[in-house]
Amino acid sequence: MERIPADWKEREGFSRRWWKWRTLGQVCEQKPARGLGLTLQVTASLSLLFLAQLSLRTVNSSRSAYACFLFAPLFFQQYQAATPGQDPLRCKILMKSFLSVFRSLVILEKTVEKCCISLNVRSSRLVVQLYCKYGVRKTHNLSFQDCESLQAVFDPAVCPHVLCAPARVLGEAVLPFPPALAEVTLGIGRGHRIILRSYQEEADSTIKAMVTEMSIGGEDFQQLQAQEGVAITFCLKEFRGLLSFAESANLSLSIYFDGPGRPAIFAIKDSLLDGHFVLATLSEPDPHPQDLRAPELQQPAPQLQAHSTPHLDDFALDDIDSYMIAMETTVGSEGSRTLPSTSLSPGFQPHCSPGSHSEEEDDTEPSTVPGTPPPKKFRSLFFGSILAPAHSPQGPSPVLAEDSEGEG
Amino acid sequence: MKFRAKLVDAACLNNFTRVSNMIAKLAKTCTLRISPDKLNFILSDKVANGGVSMWCELEQENFFSEFQMEGVSAENNAIYLELTSENLSRALKTAQNARVLKIKLTNKHFPCLTVSIELLSVSSSSRVVTHDIPVKVIPRKLWKDLQEPTVPDADVSIYLPVLKTMKSIVEKMKNISNHLIIEANLNGELNLKIETELVCVTTHFKDLGNPPLASENASQDRNSEQMAEVHIDIRKLLQFLAGQQVNPTKATCNIVKNKIVHFDLLHEDVSLQYFIPALS
Repeated sequence: MERIPADWKEREGFSRRWWKWRTLGQVCEQKPARGLGLTLQVTASLSLLFLAQLSLRTVNSSRSAYACFLFAPLFFQQYQAATPGQDPLRCKILMKSFLSVFRSLVILEKTVEKCCISLNVRSSRLVVQLYCKYGVRKTHNLSFQDCESLQAVFDPAVCPHVLCAPARVLGEAVLPFPPALAEVTLGIGRGHRIILRSYQEEADSTIKAMVTEMSIGGEDFQQLQAQEGVAITFCLKEFRGLLSFAESANLSLSIYFDGPGRPAIFAIKDSLLDGHFVLATLSEPDPHPQDLRAPELQQPAPQLQAHSTPHLDDFALDDIDSYMIAMETTVGSEGSRTLPSTSLSPGFQPHCSPGSHSEEEDDTEPSTVPGTPPPKKFRSLFFGSILAPAHSPQGPSPVLAEDSEGEG
Repeated sequence: MKFRAKLVDAACLNNFTRVSNMIAKLAKTCTLRISPDKLNFILSDKVANGGVSMWCELEQENFFSEFQMEGVSAENNAIYLELTSENLSRALKTAQNARVLKIKLTNKHFPCLTVSIELLSVSSSSRVVTHDIPVKVIPRKLWKDLQEPTVPDADVSIYLPVLKTMKSIVEKMKNISNHLIIEANLNGELNLKIETELVCVTTHFKDLGNPPLASENASQDRNSEQMAEVHIDIRKLLQFLAGQQVNPTKATCNIVKNKIVHFDLLHEDVSLQYFIPALS
């Protein structure tokens, strides 16, 4: 039986701070001060939670959003990793069950002193024990299923555009938008201004909605490596989730993106944890391209055009589950894996031989039948490409080569 | 047709935001009338509104540092726009830390009222929020339905009590019945009555005072104790009261027996008239 207790008491060198998690829509609060347990709350709308060592990963039902949080053992007061040589345990848990344990954050903060999470492999139960005040101990036994690793294949390093700003700046940037707004377009305007604009689907053109646009100077950004004219449209609600967590933890948020249709990677990093959100972006160009481009933006960069033509994917499978076959193929590196060094610098370590994964982000593009209006062209994230050659990753890495033949 | 206005004073901005919030509570869709010296928010008494009508007026120079407009033509120097009130109040809500607020009439694939807000920023760079509120330009032939309503000759005119108090009472009465009777006399007494089979509830307000003008018009031998009443839909009164976040500077209620009740409010320098017809 493996034990992964988490305790904030006597946390050395870790100052009090409020952590707000909002993974894909739901807010959770954790106050590490004075010995309160770790609280996690991820949204109940996602169907699966994968617990793999120290990582929590999840993906939404339409496979258009993926989240992964990796914890350093230091995050916990006590952490017992898998013994080397033993296969790392991976399990998936129903989000609802897991959330129900940490449902009321207020009560958790007030009463919970310690939280212990352990895996009971024999009975296939994830045991979460909350040690509360007055000697009360709540034990939750959540059934889990063994599963393959859930790993979105993405690489921030191949994204040509990077934005990095304190979460507070981005929080202020999304403030003018109504909470109900589903999608937002992020682009670079003239004079290196970052533009956020509410996105309206063509279908709703009969009911004209108010369009809101926020323009921020590039000086507010810590890193701005993007051409004028590039723009992507993604789900604002999901972004808000990560953003509010990053804001409360006072972290910077980096956005790695390519063109429309290519997934955008949102990353936060701390000494204790590493979070990535990979969101699909709309593949069709902005319906009124001239709006975003003039007068604020110039003509789109050439690559924008190239990406706007959807290419047919050979692997538009119906059953997505069978497609989640990205695996950790290396034995041995997992046990000792602490915090994967997902550095934010462009010089991200090559996780595999160069060239083989330039098109990692495979998409389920529904084939465009001429004459029929295409469905909303969010590309779902495919986890791994069957076409990619078999490969073992070179070391700790959240981005993995994917092998269609099985363990590589 | 052109319209462009600029607002720089924080107090004016707050005021304008409050006005738009009030309008948003009173009418889902309303008409904005822009003329050289005034802005009006109008709700005409169509069946769709349940016969309720509203006329809100403000002098533009009390709000805007710059104001330029060009109407449809020289003789008809006004612009009538139909818009969703909530859009304007939402747009103004984001202007809390604004340095400058600009409103202008634009055409971005369809006519819009563009609200452009330059925010106060800690950093050196400026931040600009722009809202494009879709509007519908109302053609001149429909303008006649959107004129200032004539104030009816009231049987009784009386000053209103504190609106918050009135609102909480009306809210509770709504649970009993939708049919409310408003009655008042020239003795400064106002009653709100609910009558059902099981129960009658009346709230009496006394010593409210009557505006002097009304007394002159009323016939001299009118008994000042005699009540003039109107039966109205309580929900309409509640909607009106809910829109008043702040107690107005002046609030008068004019009752035309069994016909209509007319509320005349003055919020600092914004006047609001609200008409609720009697239940047929």
